[in-house]
Amino acid sequence: MPEYKNPMLGSPLEVKVLTQRFGIPDAHRLRVYLQHRGYEGLTKALRMLPDEVISEVKKSALRGRGGAGFNAGMKWSFVPKQTQKAKYVVCNADESEPGTCKDRVLMEYDPHQLIEGIIIAGYAIQAHQGYIYIRGEYRYLMEVLDRAIDEAYSGGYLGKNILGSGFDFELTTHTGAGAYECGEETALLNSLEGYRGYPRVKPPFPAVVGLYGCPTIINNVETLSNVPHIMLNGGAWYAKLGTPNNGGTRLFALSGHIARPGIYELPMGFPLRRMIAEVGGGVWKGRKLKAVIPGGSSCPVLTADEVDVPMDFDSLAKIGSMLGSGGVVILDEHTCMVKAAWRIMKFYAHESCGWCIPCREGTAWLKALLERFHGNGGLPEDVDTALDVSYNILGKTLCPLGDAAAMPTISILKKFRHEFEEHLRLGACPFERRAVSVG
Amino acid sequence: MLSEALKKKFDTVIARYPVKRSAIVPLLMFAQDEQGHVSDEAIEEIARRVGVRPIEVVEDIGYYSMLHRRPIGKYHFQICTNISCMLRGGEEIFEHCAKKLGIGHQQTTPDGLFSLEEVECLGACCGAPAMQVNYDYYENLTPERIDALIEELRKDPGSRIKA
Repeated sequence: MPEYKNPMLGSPLEVKVLTQRFGIPDAHRLRVYLQHRGYEGLTKALRMLPDEVISEVKKSALRGRGGAGFNAGMKWSFVPKQTQKAKYVVCNADESEPGTCKDRVLMEYDPHQLIEGIIIAGYAIQAHQGYIYIRGEYRYLMEVLDRAIDEAYSGGYLGKNILGSGFDFELTTHTGAGAYECGEETALLNSLEGYRGYPRVKPPFPAVVGLYGCPTIINNVETLSNVPHIMLNGGAWYAKLGTPNNGGTRLFALSGHIARPGIYELPMGFPLRRMIAEVGGGVWKGRKLKAVIPGGSSCPVLTADEVDVPMDFDSLAKIGSMLGSGGVVILDEHTCMVKAAWRIMKFYAHESCGWCIPCREGTAWLKALLERFHGNGGLPEDVDTALDVSYNILGKTLCPLGDAAAMPTISILKKFRHEFEEHLRLGACPFERRAVSVG
Repeated sequence: MLSEALKKKFDTVIARYPVKRSAIVPLLMFAQDEQGHVSDEAIEEIARRVGVRPIEVVEDIGYYSMLHRRPIGKYHFQICTNISCMLRGGEEIFEHCAKKLGIGHQQTTPDGLFSLEEVECLGACCGAPAMQVNYDYYENLTPERIDALIEELRKDPGSRIKA
């Protein structure tokens, strides 16, 4: 029978803002949501001026939880105040970054929290229509959201004259159909308009020219889910939960060779070493750590020596990586980094939309090169060739997918060059015989 | 033949957008849910209702990996082998399924019951290794659990998520 395992194993080190209602029976139902401060944030927001709402979110230092980490309030403030055009709120629920499964639990266990956040965002920019773009594979979650949206309409939290405020807002879900690139905001907009998900040139940015050419804010599920809490408790409170300029908590998905894989809500700036050892229970099977992907496969990998870093946007950027989507993937001592690089590249080659030559040709080339290399057909010049190709993708594409393919590859080629050299020296993969498989 | 219920659903979905074209991908998914794949009839109907030429619907289909122009198995096994699942045995799970079902990537069993696909990250990383059968998630897979599931599906209890 189908199983939806609750990935919340829990840890005493968690700070539960977004996940505070998880585990309450029927928390996804409006009746229960209302018993736990549900829609109080919206009530408060509707009594403020829209600009005050934006100001509070800016003050909170809430940064985009999809991966880019841009200050959400600032993004909202780019929407023109004087315009004849309709305005839109789009929730990016296309979660597809390898290692990431946190939006899934937010939608499953607290859909009204997300809906409330979207409505508040709509009020802030005076938009009257929202769309939740949800990846095609998350069909059961679309159904959860559809039911919650129906409940919200019945309760007067959506539709005309919400809570007697005079503010109207309509919301609907929209299904994707299998495309990582549609998580990129402009490709998402093209997909939402009914086209193939190719990206658009920026500027103009969606806040000015977005859905149907109209001002649009696009925010990640987790980003929007934080908004009701910021309204309730204030931006200053939220900012203080994290580190300077990196406000709040975030959901981290620990996966890979970790003893307790699961989703954990921790304050921004939580030390990675503690996260692995104390929250995740350490590397599985008592093995040694080799590498960490800190925020989804698009991030440069960290070696075992680099885990003394606070997990926030700025600290990871300072050491040449990214907080990204919070998908923390643990790789143990028996992992072949050449194989890891190949599999990561295989993903980007598959998902490349094909628009830009460096990405389309470069990812295919690197996938073939890494596949041949791991399969014992490597040439001595392959590492330098791969670095060269990667640098010719990096920064040379219309959207960040090219960068997302190049950055982890460059980090593995540089930090684990010795593994590539060992493959050449041995004429075989030194890790192949180890059973790194089904536990 | 598209059912009357589906045609009504088409009306509801199209009404959600100020520009009808936006409905194309959702309509393709809902048509596929009912018919098992995207049929010529569905393409014609969607194009007509949305006000585009059929080729404009067809050009979307090739882009999206979940849309199939030809029939696939009644139970479509989509097994993730991306990084988190690979680290926890996803490749071995895929090999096991391929051997058990006697088919490879993007193939369908002769009786039309099962098809198999190696897919990218499903968002089930904390329950790796994981797969989807149609829309249902199965996580923390072992060869034994897969064998048991295949036996259960052969007796045909139906997918939990109805279109």
